[in-house]
Amino acid sequence: MVTINSKTLDHHGLSREEYQKILEILGREPSPTEIGIFSVMWSEHCSYKSSRIHLRTLPTTGARVVQGPGENAGAVDVGDGLVAVFKIESHNHPSFIEPYQGAATGVGGIIRDIFTMGARPIALLNSLRFGSLNDAKTRGILEGVVAGIGGYGNSIGIPTVGGEILFEDTYKGNPLVNVFCLGLAQAGKLVMGEASGAGNPVYYVGAKTGRDGIHGATMASAEFDEQSSEKRPAVQVGDPFMEKLLLEACLELMQTNALVGIQDMGAAGLTCSTSEMGSRGGVGIDIDVTRVPQRESGMTPYEIMLSESQERMLMVVHRGREAEVERIFKKWDLHAVSIGVVTDDGQLRVREGDSVVAEIPNGKLADEAPCYNRPTEIPGYLEQVRHLDLEALPVLPAAESALLKLLGSLAVTSKHWVYRQYDHMVRTNTIAPAGMGAGVVRLKGTDRALAISVDGNGRHCYLDPHLGAMLAVAEAARNVACAGALPIGATNCLNFGNPERPEIMWQFARAVEGIGEACRALELPITGGNVSFYNETDGQAIYPTPVLGVVGVIENASSVLNRVFPSSQSAILLLGGGSGVLGGSEYLKTVCGQVAGSLAPLSLDSERRLQQLLVELAAAGLIQSAHDCSDGGLAVALAECCFDSGGAGADLMMPDDASGGRTDVAEASILFGEAPSRVLVSIAESDFGIVRKKVEIAGVPIAAQGQTGGDRITISLAGRKVLDLSVADAEAAWRQGMERFFVNRAA
Amino acid sequence: MKFAIVVFPGSNCDHDAYYATKHVLGADAEFVWHKELGLQGADVVILPGGFSYGDYLRTGSIARFSPVMASVMAFAEAGGPVLGICNGFQILLETGLLPGGMLYNRSVKFQCEQVYVRVEELETPFTCTATPGQVLRIPIAHGEGNYFAPPDELDLLEANRQVVFRYCDVEGAVVDAANPNGSARGIAGLCNKQRNVVALMPHPERACESAMGSADGLVVFESAIAQLKSDGMVLPG
Amino acid sequence: MKARVFVTLKESVFDPQGQTIADALHTMDYDRVRNVRQGKYFELELDVETVDDARALANEVADRLLANPVIESYRIDVEDETIGVSK
Repeated sequence: MVTINSKTLDHHGLSREEYQKILEILGREPSPTEIGIFSVMWSEHCSYKSSRIHLRTLPTTGARVVQGPGENAGAVDVGDGLVAVFKIESHNHPSFIEPYQGAATGVGGIIRDIFTMGARPIALLNSLRFGSLNDAKTRGILEGVVAGIGGYGNSIGIPTVGGEILFEDTYKGNPLVNVFCLGLAQAGKLVMGEASGAGNPVYYVGAKTGRDGIHGATMASAEFDEQSSEKRPAVQVGDPFMEKLLLEACLELMQTNALVGIQDMGAAGLTCSTSEMGSRGGVGIDIDVTRVPQRESGMTPYEIMLSESQERMLMVVHRGREAEVERIFKKWDLHAVSIGVVTDDGQLRVREGDSVVAEIPNGKLADEAPCYNRPTEIPGYLEQVRHLDLEALPVLPAAESALLKLLGSLAVTSKHWVYRQYDHMVRTNTIAPAGMGAGVVRLKGTDRALAISVDGNGRHCYLDPHLGAMLAVAEAARNVACAGALPIGATNCLNFGNPERPEIMWQFARAVEGIGEACRALELPITGGNVSFYNETDGQAIYPTPVLGVVGVIENASSVLNRVFPSSQSAILLLGGGSGVLGGSEYLKTVCGQVAGSLAPLSLDSERRLQQLLVELAAAGLIQSAHDCSDGGLAVALAECCFDSGGAGADLMMPDDASGGRTDVAEASILFGEAPSRVLVSIAESDFGIVRKKVEIAGVPIAAQGQTGGDRITISLAGRKVLDLSVADAEAAWRQGMERFFVNRAA
Repeated sequence: MKFAIVVFPGSNCDHDAYYATKHVLGADAEFVWHKELGLQGADVVILPGGFSYGDYLRTGSIARFSPVMASVMAFAEAGGPVLGICNGFQILLETGLLPGGMLYNRSVKFQCEQVYVRVEELETPFTCTATPGQVLRIPIAHGEGNYFAPPDELDLLEANRQVVFRYCDVEGAVVDAANPNGSARGIAGLCNKQRNVVALMPHPERACESAMGSADGLVVFESAIAQLKSDGMVLPG
Repeated sequence: MKARVFVTLKESVFDPQGQTIADALHTMDYDRVRNVRQGKYFELELDVETVDDARALANEVADRLLANPVIESYRIDVEDETIGVSK
């Protein structure tokens, strides 16, 4: 028996106190395998020990919620007897180590979470963050990540229908790869990751187990087996073909009622799946690692239990139905192997042939996992960065050149280079053209469609984590509403630095409060998600980056909207009354080179009324397009509405906002300042009267009016033209902003 | 009138072909699992798109050995209409039913986007109701669709009028700028010498409803139905 | 001088392609093919004088570009046309 010393504990990321708890639970010293099991189950990743106390405050219930947090994914009722099952997850660190495989296995992991619930995955989205593309290494990471996401999603045949990419230097050594997946299941037919029924066999199916992905933080110390630890690569390789087979076979199996419960072996592999399935069902699980299919020779029970080899599933099936189960997997050239049995003693028991190598009470492994209320402290940088003296800015450039610069900036530019590499059409449900707003998939066999948006802005959260997080919720929901969909559910992926640092924990706590506040006001339950801490390089944390994924439902798929102005002459309205501010804006960063200031406030009440109005107008067929004013403010949003329209222009008129102070600053604030709750819509001239009335009833202000037409983008303040640019020039700048970094071979 | 849609492990456009033929066109359609030895009395066989066997080794190289392929070959040799879409095209190249091979796109990237193709030949079961030179807006979604054949083989294809679809611009002009992947002579689709086996890289099944951005792909499936109806073809197998 | 670079996944990195090809061969009854590992092969034409220089240069480009050292390893054969292959 190995003696546990402090080095062993450090290697496993376990504290003295946590070790004491283990001794109490077991009433003896743990075996090497047991210490491995505790270390991964009590890791931040699996136990949410630093975040749980905050996550509990989020709203997770609602009339449409079918499954809240705690299962493999959340689910909401979308009508017609269908539920949408969805979740977002991060794969940040692996994507930095090996961009292609890191991103690919991130996609594979979230897809498994969805189909284990009994849902057929129908849409993928992603939210990505990188450093500046001026850096060659960053370009390589981006190319690898995009190819990896495409490589996996395209192959398995699930369309990538949307997403967002932002660039800030803070992500240079720590890119973010957050992947969202949504699937559809029949109401009442969700499958849970729960074991039950003593005597039911426990099955393993999928790829063989190798030494891959045994996590660095929990890597065995020299005392265990120096030789084998050398053989362990940290990187997992994805096999989308295997996962496609698993997906089809599992969905086929779920049509029978032979299955009791199922869970994928993701993080912490066999350990997490056995103990979670057991504890959810309040039962024990008894497995023999020698029956686990292995890819490499000489693997120890420790390694088998902690391996994170991809594309593996754990199932509990009804006793007596084994042959049926095995036959379905055989059809798909998969080999389902019985590795153990459900017991009624509540123990997670791991055997290696005849000897027991681990025996831990399942419930205690889960329920007595540590939970910390970590100290928080306002970060010192905040006071400094919030200070912004607009009067002290250098002379600002002409509006036209600022607009061209913004359109060509990485934040705003067309992401065609990226989404062209994703199959966004397979399954023939994608009814919104790529790159035009929320991702929209129709639900065949019904009139409905679902719109999905993922949004977050780390720079905003850096300046104000609470408001920044609220803005992320509001923007994701607004983007969904701009497609004509009623937002009904949300998932979040919270990317932060080291939670043991009080300033980081403060950012986290404030952001979670903001998400909760916004979700309650917008009646958006959070049905699940993921926390990613320790996003730091050389002690420097990333911007706090909560990313929200919001799902909305469109009652009639034919009323779906996108951002593009129609070619016919139409009226334009700017809905929402807030005036843009330069604090924290893309303009201030791109044109003035500053990240500073205070963000425009968010009125959740105004936001909610605006979104309801959009859904109502879209359903009545009264608007032809809708587009949120986001990065780059009003001028950028107006220009974007003109792109992909075949060159049709727009003319917008606003009252002058006499604010005093410098004229150039005042004009820049109006044109490029950012504020939430503002949407540009176009309407047929004949509907103008009725739309105005509905807008008035909704209590939504109209901040500007205009017309589509011509071939120029113009904005006037009280009759004075302050912006005048040809659509062709603007669109050319917008199209090349990203592609210019990748001019290599002919395309 | 029945379409058989062959499902290989890793096929992922099988459901789309099924939906287009069965639900959009109202024809009979059935999936045929690759381990089956017959084609269930189908009148038309579709080898759908996807990543059969993960596209490992070479696209289509492993699927070509699936048990059902013997039946597909026999069906084709007896004159039955066979349509290969994307990965189905790649599989047909591996069988030798069609000449040439696929290289990586010249962008060296997977590309998913709407393209235009010109119908070059009406004398096939999948283009007979098109108009001469008709321009179709149909999406592509592939990484390896850069068609290659030696020059003499290409000349032979042209001489035999086997080039069925060519990438073109919106006006129908075959120009390099409209060639998305670098295919030799802008070739997007071919037929065999007997003209009953047709394959193309673009996905007509994704362009069968205006909600999907184009319904131009319908003509491919409508042609198959029209041809079978009009000549009351004696069906093999 | 010519160098040949053979890149394969490291021994314990999972090779889905190799596994799928092996499975296909087994269904084609090639049971005596026990395992398959897939890799990449490069031919480099090098402007260098000695076998040692060729090896050093090939090593360098394999390290920096041809192989991904995180998951792949490589082997180099240098061919001096005058004396044949040097392993």
